[in-house]
Amino acid sequence: MKALLLRDLRLAIRAGGGFGLALAFFLIVVVLVPLSVGPSSDRLSTIAPGILWLGALLACLLSLDRIFALDREDGSLDLLATSPMPMEAVAMIKSLAHWITTGLPLILAAPLFAVMLNLPMHGMGALFVSLLLGTPALSVIGTFGSALTVGLKRGGLLLSLLVLPLYVPTLIFGAEMARRAADGQDFQTPMLMLAGITCGTIALLPFASAAVLRANLR
Amino acid sequence: MVLRVSDLSVARGGLRILEAVSFELAPGAALLLRGPNGIGKTTLLRTIMGLQPALSGQIDAPADSLAYAGHLDGVKPTLSVTENLRFWASIFGGGDVERALELFDLQALRDRAGGQLSAGQKRRLGLARLAVTGRTTWLLDEPTVSLDADARALFERAVTEHLKAGGAVMAATHLDLNLEAAQTLDMAQFKAKDTLTDTFDEAFL
Repeated sequence: MKALLLRDLRLAIRAGGGFGLALAFFLIVVVLVPLSVGPSSDRLSTIAPGILWLGALLACLLSLDRIFALDREDGSLDLLATSPMPMEAVAMIKSLAHWITTGLPLILAAPLFAVMLNLPMHGMGALFVSLLLGTPALSVIGTFGSALTVGLKRGGLLLSLLVLPLYVPTLIFGAEMARRAADGQDFQTPMLMLAGITCGTIALLPFASAAVLRANLR
Repeated sequence: MVLRVSDLSVARGGLRILEAVSFELAPGAALLLRGPNGIGKTTLLRTIMGLQPALSGQIDAPADSLAYAGHLDGVKPTLSVTENLRFWASIFGGGDVERALELFDLQALRDRAGGQLSAGQKRRLGLARLAVTGRTTWLLDEPTVSLDADARALFERAVTEHLKAGGAVMAATHLDLNLEAAQTLDMAQFKAKDTLTDTFDEAFL
């Protein structure tokens, strides 16, 4: 399992691996928003939590179709399926690798980008924690979507349509937590909901991903 | 006995293509599958590997004894030859990478990236992967495609060595392989007479 994780990380970092793609997209969103809504700092700080969450979510979406498609194209997925590793573990490791290469850089960059959107200082911690709690769910759900569309060539559109509704709860509670913290309100409820959603998806979806992968390999 | 298939029916795209397939594979045996394009050689191999379900019949093999090499080699273009092999070795529990490189004459290419290999070199790397899996039975789908005469001799030598060590090989191929005691199984005799399956959903799943 460690070997698969290390291989995926190595592939992501090497040329053409797509590492940094999500981060660059996130940066573009954050840079362009003040240009489109105007530089008024009050308005920016009101919408900052929502924009940051939306940017992170869309950046995550961008790299989903790579999770299984490349392994399918070069035959590695068949070979992994016939290896001693259970498909559930393959799906789990793929999610983890996706989170490390996509979610983690977004989380680390978010406080910096938040300054660019004039997010109040006391909201920084909660924004960081909300992304930390929420992005694993985005990767796990995305892995499931990627597994569903693995047999399709250019299945990106279908993948986005399938995954977006599943992303909604995470987006609602993640952005709500960041917004409440920025407004100085209590944010425990959305935080617990967000953590619950993430735990649930991590517990259940690898099994679903493995099942659809097996069906798609036929 | 390393593999026993009895009364197996397989389907592709919801249509039954082979039925009543029965054969046994003993340690040290090589079985060559023959038959025209589309008869179901690949489907049979994939079914035995468990990549798709059988319609009916029985496949008996010891747990974790089968290794598969299909049309695609599973070579990552940005990893070097050694990195590719080492990855599969650790997934399958640590085979001897150096030995596999030597078997398929890949030592000179060890640091070359997978994407820079020629088709034949890539195929050799794909076959070298079999040697690091440590599995007893190799199921090969057109293993000699894009190999030149020298590389084919290497492959035949590797297979012979594997058979001597008590392994078994089953290969779908159109070319004659220079293997001692290789048996041929003509797939045409198993061609399904009635192609309709009773599981309507199969085509969609």
